[in-house]
Amino acid sequence: MMRMLNLIKIAYRSLNRNKFRSFLTMLGIIIGVASVIAMLAIGQGSKKNIQDSVESLGSNTIILIPGAISQGGVHLEAGSSNSLKRQDADAIMARCQLVQYVSPVVYKGAQVVAGSQNWRTVVYGVLNDYFNIRNLAIIDGISFSTMDERAAAKVCVIGQTVRTKLFGVYENPLGQVIRINTIPFKIIGVLDKKGQNSFGQDQDDVIIAPFSTVQKRMLSTTNVNNIMASAISQELIVDATDEITRLIRERHKLAPFEEDDFIVRSQQDIANIFGAVSKVLTILLASIASISLLVGGIGIMNIMLVSVTERTREIGIRLAVGAKSRDILFQFMIESVFMSFMGGLLGISVGILVSVLVAKVGGWPVDVTLFSVVLSFGFSSFVGLFFGWYPARKASKLNPIEALRYE
Amino acid sequence: MGDVELRALDGVTIDISKGDFVAVMGASGSGKSTFMNIIGCLDKPTSGEYFIENENALHLTENALAELRNKKIGFIFQSFNILTRTTAIENVELPLLYDHRVSSKERRQRAFEALKSVGLEHKVNSLPNQLSGGQQQRVAIARALVNNPLIIMADEPTGNLDSKTSIEIMQLFQELNKKGITIVMVTHETDIAGFALSTIVFKDGKIILNEKLDHQKDAEAELRNYPTTTKTIG
Repeated sequence: MMRMLNLIKIAYRSLNRNKFRSFLTMLGIIIGVASVIAMLAIGQGSKKNIQDSVESLGSNTIILIPGAISQGGVHLEAGSSNSLKRQDADAIMARCQLVQYVSPVVYKGAQVVAGSQNWRTVVYGVLNDYFNIRNLAIIDGISFSTMDERAAAKVCVIGQTVRTKLFGVYENPLGQVIRINTIPFKIIGVLDKKGQNSFGQDQDDVIIAPFSTVQKRMLSTTNVNNIMASAISQELIVDATDEITRLIRERHKLAPFEEDDFIVRSQQDIANIFGAVSKVLTILLASIASISLLVGGIGIMNIMLVSVTERTREIGIRLAVGAKSRDILFQFMIESVFMSFMGGLLGISVGILVSVLVAKVGGWPVDVTLFSVVLSFGFSSFVGLFFGWYPARKASKLNPIEALRYE
Repeated sequence: MGDVELRALDGVTIDISKGDFVAVMGASGSGKSTFMNIIGCLDKPTSGEYFIENENALHLTENALAELRNKKIGFIFQSFNILTRTTAIENVELPLLYDHRVSSKERRQRAFEALKSVGLEHKVNSLPNQLSGGQQQRVAIARALVNNPLIIMADEPTGNLDSKTSIEIMQLFQELNKKGITIVMVTHETDIAGFALSTIVFKDGKIILNEKLDHQKDAEAELRNYPTTTKTIG
């Protein structure tokens, strides 16, 4: 114990004699550890962000989109066919017991004019259930009624962005008439602010009107863009998806060997896909970062090898005054482990600092996990041991007579 | 061309008694360095025996030899061989760092005593580049003394020093010798060899002369009579 303490003292003194060089050697490890931590934090943060925003969308949401057109074996993109109708949505409402809310959805980009202001946005035609499915709250005014829907009334609810663009912050938009693609609509409600979703879309840049109004007056079609539904609970989402699939297949008279002519996705599926993407991204970032840690380790070995050569005479002196070969081995091992250890500690601080900075300046979500700290610190200490061993062994094998004569 | 066997030392038999002060002389290549390495336990002879205090060094492991060097032998070199960028006292402490029975408090104390005995108690925290050649050699002597050795091996200790400083070092050696420490010193200069008690001369790996000196020069007296030189600058 006493002997180890002495060796640590010896190693510390010799690192201290070459402060700048020791620091430069540590820098490789510092950068390596810091980047591993920062990269993992960014990856973890974006994963968590996706999960959060999916949950805010309503984690038991199910979306149906029409399938791809297939003509003579050529498939067009999903959603290109006209397979879904409003009647499908009505049937889901009537017959699927695991489904709580259903709304067919049509949408169209539109130019909106209010007085001297105008704005380009998207107009959604939906049923009242849509507000429940998407967790949309109306802070001013009211939503449209079944009567409005039946009469295809020209009323609408606007998002915060549309409100600000057309009326500014102070003017009250309720009761005002705006022209959507030249058709006059009366504003009866204003939505609460929702912010961006995880893909950068502004969820407040919308106008929502009764389904039949948009379908008949703006699109003059019988098709729907998609159907949104929500299961009665998150646990039953898979069963609800199956129930919907069975019903729609039956309604579309599909034989057992035929493919679905529509696509059903739950919000959870979408979350999982993006979660997987962000996981791959995290692994990629972390492995690039760990390469820099490896390079840092090679840096340690390089410096230690130079240092062994440069200090040959010193080693000779130590051997002459009674150092055993394992004392020399330990001294050099301790030096490299100490450097990687300190480098690891400093790297963790720098990594956390960088993560916080990225969060503050870049507005990017970060999440430093204990796992990443333990991982990178353990790895850096291992790097010190691994790359320190060879130079240390070389030093310990020196012949004292030759070492003393070394110029 | 076959391998030519070169015998650095051949048929050397010598007995150095406790308390002796031996000057080892000889041309380079005469085998005196090999001789020094063997009795300093840095090297082992290919055949033959070497007893230090009744212990046959030939049968010892590397570690045991290191231990022996640590406890019983002190080294002094021509080029001082003290660690650069390391204070005088840290240099002197060095052998004790490898003796784990010595506590750090005792280590500091003994290093200071050793520095004091070579007259450097006021240079404890000086770095080698702040010291003169003679002072650096004194640090090396203090380092050799700090483990209370049986024997001091000095390899041309005055080779890099001017003549007055050389005599000062010899005075220190004679003092240590009087305290009972055996000294084996390689030197080229007959002047310096005159401060020893006996002389060994090597030639081609053999001892050709091994005699006790009739008259040992007294370094202290020499220093007293040393002509005070007046330095002229210009």
